[in-house]
Amino acid sequence: MTREGPEADLLAMWRIRAFEEKLRELHKAGDLLGSVHLCIGQEAGPVGACAALTEQDALFATYRGHGWAIARGVPLRPLFAELLGRATGVNGGRGGSAYFSAADHGFHGENSIVGGGVSHAVGAALAGRHDGSGRIAMTVFGDGAMNQGAVAEAMNFAAAFDLPVLFLCENNRYSELTPIRDMVRNEALTDRATALGIAATRIDGNDPALVRSTVARYADAARDGRGPAFVELITQRLVGHYIGDVQQYRTRAELEEDGRAEPIARATAALAESGVDTEAIERAARDEVDAAAATALADPPADPATAKEHLYA
Amino acid sequence: MPELNYAGAVNAALRRCLEELPETLLYGEDVAKPGGVHGVTRRLWKDFGDRVFDTPISESAILGTAVGAAMMGRRPIVEIMWADFFLVALDQLVNQAANIRYVSQGRLAAPLTVRTQQGNSPAACAQHSQNLEALFTHVPGLRVVVPSTPQNAYDSMVSAVYCDDPVVVFDNRTLYLGEKQQVATGGAPAPIGGSTMRRTGAAATVVTWGAMTHRVLAAADRLAEEGTEVTVLETPWLNPFDHEAVHRSVAATGGRLAVVHEANVTGGFGGEVVVRALEAGVLSGRPLRLGAADTRIPAATALAGALIPDTEQILTELRKFTRA
Ligand SMILES: Cc1ncc(C[n+]2csc(CCOP(=O)(O)OP(=O)(O)O)c2C)c(N)n1
Ligand SMILES: [Mg+2]
Repeated sequence: MTREGPEADLLAMWRIRAFEEKLRELHKAGDLLGSVHLCIGQEAGPVGACAALTEQDALFATYRGHGWAIARGVPLRPLFAELLGRATGVNGGRGGSAYFSAADHGFHGENSIVGGGVSHAVGAALAGRHDGSGRIAMTVFGDGAMNQGAVAEAMNFAAAFDLPVLFLCENNRYSELTPIRDMVRNEALTDRATALGIAATRIDGNDPALVRSTVARYADAARDGRGPAFVELITQRLVGHYIGDVQQYRTRAELEEDGRAEPIARATAALAESGVDTEAIERAARDEVDAAAATALADPPADPATAKEHLYA
Repeated sequence: MPELNYAGAVNAALRRCLEELPETLLYGEDVAKPGGVHGVTRRLWKDFGDRVFDTPISESAILGTAVGAAMMGRRPIVEIMWADFFLVALDQLVNQAANIRYVSQGRLAAPLTVRTQQGNSPAACAQHSQNLEALFTHVPGLRVVVPSTPQNAYDSMVSAVYCDDPVVVFDNRTLYLGEKQQVATGGAPAPIGGSTMRRTGAAATVVTWGAMTHRVLAAADRLAEEGTEVTVLETPWLNPFDHEAVHRSVAATGGRLAVVHEANVTGGFGGEVVVRALEAGVLSGRPLRLGAADTRIPAATALAGALIPDTEQILTELRKFTRA
């Protein structure tokens, strides 16, 4: 059955959340290793924003990028396989949780260097200007990344040349274990974009429909040659910065408040009120995720004999 | 003597420096209130107030402000959370810090310490796995140390902070929560430099540093069980480097020299160690350089394991080397 509107959004958000929760399980079981950054609580951003992109557009994300890849249409099994170090992963296990790409699906990569991918998006837009494709580029990064010099440089570069780039800043209030409010004097991050002449707005990043319409409007403007835009998505992560972060820096009250604001709880409440079987939506997502994880777990590990391949052309 | 793991030893050294040297500052991303992402700087913020603080994710400004503050007489200790993150900000060390004393004929100085950690750990991605010490040993004007044990980490940190040059201290995060050791914490700050003979044997000299030291020692022990004893010389300081100790040891082990590091082989500091021994005329036969393969480091452990020497591979290579 095909769902539409808010129901489709809820399903899309559940696919991401169920994927992330499965990762937590796999990590606990020792199948998934290393540093893994979950986007639980932040699902509305990718679901809303990716809807504004066409196949040829480029997307550059961060280590907290699983949700963005899923929203872009990367299938779940090779995504699980990538994180599990399987040969069938989108990068054969080379990228891992924090640094994979899936170019076939317009997902041009996570990045594990804060701010590292932002100028890539500007370059992708530049390429679009020269290759006649009309491509626009989107890049997503966190609040903390705003303090990285490379991000400021990239934003001005796009502004100076009117490049069609959408800068999305997911403001979850924390940069690892440190609150953004302690690391800036002016908490209106949109002001930095405005100061560079970039159209900017701050919106509720937990409302997928609002994210979709806002980003679509800027995407249209960018396609029309009106240059870059900056959208600050106010959101929250319901979990630690990485699996294992016990979040001593957050109060119980704050976590409870975040639990009420988060997108899935909100969408569920709204849909349940109009009689939609939201549990069926959750179940559908979980079934799909479980099946994909089980298949990926049975896939063969990356072959050590291939470890040196692809270094040069 | 307190019993400390590696992280605890660094913490004790930092505490001591903050106590003894009022001109020290300690800052970096998540180092103060959170106590560091690896817990190394835990509680220092509580005890030293605004001399210990968290910063924005701005490596260039972290290093650059350390240079400026050091020029004005402070003694900053700053953290770059992962050595890989140095790369967004290297101007401040290479073009700036390293030049200050030299070009001003000593009228200015940049006595700062940069703490960082590096290396591969299970499933770490390609941007969180590099061993970059050789980039820094190539830069005259910087000091470089790569410790391996709690005592070593404590001593190096104190020496680094007391040193009047810019010093980069490379930890390896896989060592932080390792075994506790009795750590002598009181002594006078040692001058930078030096090396430690970790075991002796006549078959060859194996030079190593950092986390690799543990793998090399384990391999050497296994080799000894097979009847071949090698000398293991640990050289935590890469600048200044104890070439003399290497040459003395090589001369005493039949001119045989092996160097093992986690960094990839080409352009690694091992090459410098070997060539200096060659120039000193102490080598006999071919030397051995062992390090990661010259490639990027993949996240999958099955792939990374094929590229970075483990105890087993070191043993195999040393066995071949000592029998050749
Ligand atoms: C250049 C660089 N500095 C530091 C880090 C370590 N680090 C990884 S994530 C992170 C916090 C980023 O916060 P934010 O941009 O708000 O994104 P979020 O994790 O909240 O999504 C830091 C400091 C890094 N990966 N790269
Ligand atoms: Mg954040």
